[in-house]
Amino acid sequence: MTTRDVENEIASPASWTVQGPPIFARRGGVGADDVFKWLVYITAFAVPAVLVALFILLVIDAWPALERFGLGFVTSSNWDNVKEQFGSLPYIYGTVVTSLLALLIATPVGVGAALFVTEYAPRPLRVPVSFTIELLAAIPSIIFGLWGFFVLTPIMRSTVEPFMKSAVGPLPVIGSLFQGPSVGKDLFTGGVILSIMILPTIVSISREVLLAVPTMQREGMLALGATRWEAIREAIIPYARVGIAGAAILGLARALGETMAVTMVIGNSSRKITGSLLTPGYTMASAIANQFTEADNPLYFSAIVGVAALLLVVSAIVNVAARLMIWQISRGVAKGGTRG
Amino acid sequence: MTTDRPETTSRRSMVARLSATFAGAAFLAACGAEAEPAKAPAAPTAAAKAEPTKAPAAAPPTAPAPAATGAVAITGPFEGEAKTLTGAGATFPAALYSKYFNEYNKLTKVEVNYQSIGSGGGIKAISDQTADFGATDSPMTDAQLKEAKGGEILHIPMALGAVVATYNIPGLETTKLKFTGETLAAIFLGTITKWNDPKIAADNAGVKLPAEDIVSIHRSDGSGTSFVFTDYLSAVSAEWKTKVGASTTVNWPGGVGGKGNEGVAGEVKQTPFSIGYVELIYAVQNKLGVGLIKNKAGQFVEPNLAGVTGAAAAAAGKVAPDLRVSIVDQDGAATYPISSFTWILAYKQMTDAAKATALTRLLWWGTHEAQKFNGDLGYAPLPAEIVTKGEAMIKSITGAGKPAFPGK
Repeated sequence: MTTRDVENEIASPASWTVQGPPIFARRGGVGADDVFKWLVYITAFAVPAVLVALFILLVIDAWPALERFGLGFVTSSNWDNVKEQFGSLPYIYGTVVTSLLALLIATPVGVGAALFVTEYAPRPLRVPVSFTIELLAAIPSIIFGLWGFFVLTPIMRSTVEPFMKSAVGPLPVIGSLFQGPSVGKDLFTGGVILSIMILPTIVSISREVLLAVPTMQREGMLALGATRWEAIREAIIPYARVGIAGAAILGLARALGETMAVTMVIGNSSRKITGSLLTPGYTMASAIANQFTEADNPLYFSAIVGVAALLLVVSAIVNVAARLMIWQISRGVAKGGTRG
Repeated sequence: MTTDRPETTSRRSMVARLSATFAGAAFLAACGAEAEPAKAPAAPTAAAKAEPTKAPAAAPPTAPAPAATGAVAITGPFEGEAKTLTGAGATFPAALYSKYFNEYNKLTKVEVNYQSIGSGGGIKAISDQTADFGATDSPMTDAQLKEAKGGEILHIPMALGAVVATYNIPGLETTKLKFTGETLAAIFLGTITKWNDPKIAADNAGVKLPAEDIVSIHRSDGSGTSFVFTDYLSAVSAEWKTKVGASTTVNWPGGVGGKGNEGVAGEVKQTPFSIGYVELIYAVQNKLGVGLIKNKAGQFVEPNLAGVTGAAAAAAGKVAPDLRVSIVDQDGAATYPISSFTWILAYKQMTDAAKATALTRLLWWGTHEAQKFNGDLGYAPLPAEIVTKGEAMIKSITGAGKPAFPGK
């Protein structure tokens, strides 16, 4: 077929109807369309299938422990390999506390950094600043762990924790979070290192979201005589808040599963839940990583797999809760939109 | 921000866990490698001490074998033996085994692939027959032995290790503190909380102990080191035995957990007024203050390789024939009380004759000629009494029904 023929064919829709769909026809008939459709279906369902299979396998392996301890597996805080008692509450507590603390620290800092990059930074500074922050995401977690172990912990023990104890400790309610001796290896340090690790996620997504705010929104506000801060507060943040919440949630997801760095600074003690951030703690992921290799008795092994299944459940709950939150916020935005 | 976030999360955490495991292994391996040169200067003194105290027995490794087997020596490749063996298990002897297997490969061209995945993993590997041999720091329990798929499993001691109490008290860097088993147990139980507690002071007359809180540091990961230490505390303290017990991971009454020997050593080094326990070699390497421990004979002994070999020799006369024994808190004036064997696990009836031959030759060489490498790497050599018992075990291994060890 010459080029001219092809041009003619494309130019004349009549020839299409006569010959049938020429391109598909030449490449193996109408079947290709169906094949591709099923291929897409399979890939789409394969992903949830992996999740379901993973969960089922975890539950099967964890069953001996779950059956034996029942609800106590989640509510008991006694994890004793010698006496074969396994309650994972300290691990769940440690994971949730450090992850929330990380979120609490990283979200304002991350959004602030993203606002700087999108709203304040002079053009030549934008790329280097955001590049540097995002570079944090490329650092393997063991490096954070070593840094946390050798650099952060001593600073926390000798400076930050004594300061928090004297500044915040005497206050009612919140003060109870900062009680006890400063060891440096505790939930507080675990939360701080996690906050650094999830920062790049929050910054880079918030930045994308802020950049997506229409220029008209911004300029309209400024044209009304608003200061830059007012424009951010009234026009930009409300527009971007769903995306910012999403950024925080992706950060939280990373924090929940993070293992190595936290293990090295959290103190790995499952003995007590005191309510103070200055006590050594333990996370679910650390417990698995630490204890898996030597779990030679079947019930112990099963209990550790049980912790893995729980971690999956906790992650799922957090994600669902987060999605509901976003849904709520986005409805708010929709209303705000009609009002504006 | 699509519907697949739960998968993303779980996958990420899986990867994190996996990478953590690998990173941990790499970290250990790195430290193990570093251990060699760092340990070297300290070793000659330890070895020198070993010779006078432990008679001719422990020192020259080829000598102790009794006359009957004195002529047996592995000198080169053997016709018909398997050329590769795989093993898995304890991390504590990994540095030693890697030296063994490297030298053995030069000698016999047999390639031994050893994965230091932890004692629990080693027990699992041999039980499920996914490795030709396992390695462990804590002996298998009767229940575990029953579950092994390939029949009877032998525990062949390869070397001895010691666990030391190490501490960091500013101002007392050069003072060697003395501890009894009871005070150590009380410190880790949390019943002794200050360094100037009368119980500690009673053993350390003349030392100005600070009135500071004790931070106790333990292993967060399951470990043979923890097993030996808690086994010792259980042997000397009834309270410890009932409240905590002995295992590779226990429910620590308090304190902070560090990952690996290097984690505990590092933690002690950077935490003032802390106390932890590590393998002897890590304390030496990190120049940590090491405590003297009161042994059964009432002497405060400094941990060294001679004292460890002494503990094994003292235990040898009364041990169970399968050598699944704890050698903590043994008799003898110079015996260091927190000592332990590290074992290789092998099936008595192996199905693959070529592998059985290769493995028995390796074990023989390991318990005889190779013992000379132990001292340099911070492990105590086996006493002659134990080597003899090991010989009998090695000879009892069969391959496809026939005795596997060719005698050379």
